[in-house]
Amino acid sequence: MIRFTHASKRYTSGFDALQDVSFHMPAGQMAFLTGHSGAGKSTLLKLIALLERSSRGQVFVNGQNLGKIPRWRIPYFRRNIGIIFQDHQLLFDRTVFDNVALPLIIAGYPQREIGRRVRAALDKVGLLGKEKVYPITLSGGEQQRVGIARAVVNKPPLLLADEPTGNLDPELSREIMTIFEEFSQVGVTVLVATHDIALIETLPYRVLALKNGKLHYDSDPSEET
Amino acid sequence: MNSKTTSSRPERHLTTGLRVYLLRHLQVFFYSLGQLSRSPFATLMTAAVIGIALALPTGLHLMLKNARQLSGGWDGATQISLFLKRTVQEEQARRLANQIRNLPGVAGVRFISRREALNEFRRLSGFGDALTALEDNPLPSVLVIQPTLAASDPGKTGRLLQRLRQYPAVDIAQLDMQWVKRLYAIMNIVQRGVLVLAILLGIAVLLVIGNTIRLAIQNRRAEIVVMKLIGGTDGFIRRPFLYTGFWYGVFGGMIAYLLVTLSVSILAGPIEKLAGLYQHHFRLTGLDAEATLLLLLIGILLGLGGSWLAVGRHLREIEPA
Ligand SMILES: Nc1ncnc2c1ncn2[C@@H]1O[C@H](COP(=O)(O)OP(=O)(O)OP(=O)(O)O)[C@@H](O)[C@H]1O
Ligand SMILES: [Mg+2]
Repeated sequence: MIRFTHASKRYTSGFDALQDVSFHMPAGQMAFLTGHSGAGKSTLLKLIALLERSSRGQVFVNGQNLGKIPRWRIPYFRRNIGIIFQDHQLLFDRTVFDNVALPLIIAGYPQREIGRRVRAALDKVGLLGKEKVYPITLSGGEQQRVGIARAVVNKPPLLLADEPTGNLDPELSREIMTIFEEFSQVGVTVLVATHDIALIETLPYRVLALKNGKLHYDSDPSEET
Repeated sequence: MNSKTTSSRPERHLTTGLRVYLLRHLQVFFYSLGQLSRSPFATLMTAAVIGIALALPTGLHLMLKNARQLSGGWDGATQISLFLKRTVQEEQARRLANQIRNLPGVAGVRFISRREALNEFRRLSGFGDALTALEDNPLPSVLVIQPTLAASDPGKTGRLLQRLRQYPAVDIAQLDMQWVKRLYAIMNIVQRGVLVLAILLGIAVLLVIGNTIRLAIQNRRAEIVVMKLIGGTDGFIRRPFLYTGFWYGVFGGMIAYLLVTLSVSILAGPIEKLAGLYQHHFRLTGLDAEATLLLLLIGILLGLGGSWLAVGRHLREIEPA
């Protein structure tokens, strides 16, 4: 599903955020991406979502060489990826329902289908009763779950999460991770960037660790690399 | 993985896809109207600026149109006076009048004999007594020629004048109302001026709308970032802003229409009275349906154009990071 081959990222400032990173993540796998602050976790996720482009090497997602995707195709490419952010990136002037419905509206789903899918997604994150409220009235954990519902509402085969539990207490963090595990169990590929070593040590998933932009540790290297 | 996502895509059914697409357009159409109505004062201000800028050239154009109508009435008043040589006898002059009456482009010929001319002069000038003292009548016979309406534009009357000059009996051939010609020239210049003004103000409208949309884009930066993050195409993100520009154009056009119509109704009374003083029946014409439609259309085009410019310039600058 995801393959990095000697990928590097140098920002225009001249800073090398990633250097010669190679790994492979098969479809349906769940993995954690860790590393110190500034190690390059967000940068790696951005390369996968085409929010940035690699300066050297290649990144493949679902067999597609991202370097070959032209600018105008990026939106269509991103519809196959659910992205979850630490700061949620919700729209506060729209209801929970409208926030979650946004990816479907963008992709042009018919109205009936939208209602059905939004409710299914909200149900999955345990927020079915909250569809009419505005995100500002929700707790941090609930807001994060709205963000997850939005990311999964159009059933993307790949989920990326950048520190989804950054601001949450351990119990809430655990809950969020359980949601991700459930998606992983139905075949979704999940890559979660997190600082939370304590939490991921209790879980049986692959861990990729970055250090100063280099892939420093891989608990479970895929043979196909 | 792709089969899973594409199988549920609505694009597979073309008619459903098209219906959904049109429905979305309609939704954005009214959504952008709703957004504008949320800040009615700001919307009205912008629309008023656009309206005034559109009303100015429209009003001037209307003034020109009216002036042309008015001078069209004066065209009929264009006439040629042929002063015959004093040696020409009355009988000879009448024959010439009949001859000219049959020329193409001539509607009528009035013959004024030397005697008639003298009587008229006496009556009009008040020099009656002085003229009686003269033994000889100093005035020539005159043929007053009325060109047909079709031949009354400056070029054709000029040619007729040349032709009449050729007759040996003619002493002086004079086109009255040379000023009609000058008026035409002046109006042509004014028309160009109005055109230049219209273009300049059109550009101003484009910039006003562009700037307004630029601010709207900046206000909704967060929303644009989110849209881009979850796969919104440029076209999708652009759409509400284009419709906003569209609405500004519609409102601006409507305000321009109201301003021009109001001005016409204010001026109509006094102008009719003035025309009445000159024994002239004249009605000021306002904007007809065609002109109104054109005004709205221009407003809409400028609205769309302005927002297109702003969106093209500023949407690319906003990228999720
Ligand atoms: N747009 C940018 N321009 C220049 N340098 C950048 C840019 N984005 C990130 N960097 C730098 O690249 C390095 C890696 O950043 P990145 O955000 O990937 O780290 P991270 O592992 O996600 O850190 P954190 O845990 O603090 O989120 C950092 O040193 C950062 O300063
Ligand atoms: Mg980060």
